[in-house]
Amino acid sequence: MFTILVEYAMEAISHAGTVLAVLAKDGVVLAAEKKVTGKLLDLSGTKEGGYGGSGEKIFLLNSNVVAGVAGITADANSLVNYARTAAQKHLYSYNEDIPVELLTQRLCDLKQGYTQYGGLRPFGVSLLYAGYDPHYKFQLYHSDPSGNYSGWKATCIGANNGTAQSLLKQEYKDDISVEDAVALVLRVMSKTMDSTTLGSEKLEFATLTVDPVTKKPKSKIYRPAEVDALLKKHDLAKKDEDAEMKTA
Amino acid sequence: MDSSFAITGKGYAIVAADMTVSRSIVKMQYNEDKIKVLGSHLLMAFSGEPGDTVQFAEYVERNIRLAQIRNTYPLPPPSAASWIRRELADSLRSRSPYSVNLLVAGYDLSTHEPKLYWIDYLGTMATVPFAAHGYGSYFALSLLDRYHDPEATVEEGLATLRRCIDEVSKRLVVTPGKFKVKVVDKNGVREVEL
Repeated sequence: MFTILVEYAMEAISHAGTVLAVLAKDGVVLAAEKKVTGKLLDLSGTKEGGYGGSGEKIFLLNSNVVAGVAGITADANSLVNYARTAAQKHLYSYNEDIPVELLTQRLCDLKQGYTQYGGLRPFGVSLLYAGYDPHYKFQLYHSDPSGNYSGWKATCIGANNGTAQSLLKQEYKDDISVEDAVALVLRVMSKTMDSTTLGSEKLEFATLTVDPVTKKPKSKIYRPAEVDALLKKHDLAKKDEDAEMKTA
Repeated sequence: MDSSFAITGKGYAIVAADMTVSRSIVKMQYNEDKIKVLGSHLLMAFSGEPGDTVQFAEYVERNIRLAQIRNTYPLPPPSAASWIRRELADSLRSRSPYSVNLLVAGYDLSTHEPKLYWIDYLGTMATVPFAAHGYGSYFALSLLDRYHDPEATVEEGLATLRRCIDEVSKRLVVTPGKFKVKVVDKNGVREVEL
């Protein structure tokens, strides 16, 4: 019975916006596709960027963990809230950032609970966790609605995850640097997304590195303007047709 | 009347605690181990209200072990010490607080440094290069202030500790008797004879 509910949730996720992450030797890179639901959706607020420059698909769970979510947004918000509380509880007890796998386990224990008892549906959310801790340095985990989790070098959830996975499998190299990982993520993202042109209204982007001075993990969730600048740098930005006409 | 001392040096920490159990004016036992081994690289000397001490030390010992089983890796010394401090601070605000003073010493495998924490029953915690609890501290702290060297070898560290114990044995009205001494370094925990 509950396995069917979980499979429904998994099916729903495979239609959700793509979330993609690559583990590099000196950081983790995360990108997410926002599904624009229609022309009438007011996106004027998103231009400014929410907290941390994002707020729809990429979230800061703790100073050392950034997560990308795919699935039912309402469920995801609830899980993000739970994760942030769990991370703060760990800080309260142990005076340290929560280890990445431990935070993943906290969420998976919660998700698993909904597969075991009747009356409630499971969380329709898959997450990618990009994090850093002193035990295993940079890490990347994936968790699904059943509460299964696993560690990855590069992975993808959401729509077209099969295509993205096989592209990543072909192009991933061990000891990849963050810069190369950023390029790889953008390249794969541009190929798997429905639209031909990328822009900040459809893409969220984040990196997690270690600050060379403080030696503390440093997460950067890109603001819309920064996403556009990044796309331009990698020559994947939307071409401004008017500008081309003028120069011609 | 218990006395405990601890010092850090180059790549190690040493913890020493007296071995007597006394009740009123009577020495009941002279071979009690008051230093718990909490993990492969973690030590804790405990003193205070008899009964509370062992109860709390065993509680800490098992919870630290539980954390290690759950996470597959042991809690690093700073996290373990913070957790212990939190337990004491919460206990202080309960109906029956533990009256236990602690010295937590460990070797941090991620930073390759020895760590020493002085913790009292009020939930005060301080990261220190050397520390002492009990009547012994009145004599030992001045000696440690004068002779402690963060770059000292284990042999030199043990010699400094020897000074403290000798001074306490000489000056305190009631001689503490024998001391148990344990060392923690990158190779783990070991007991040494002074």
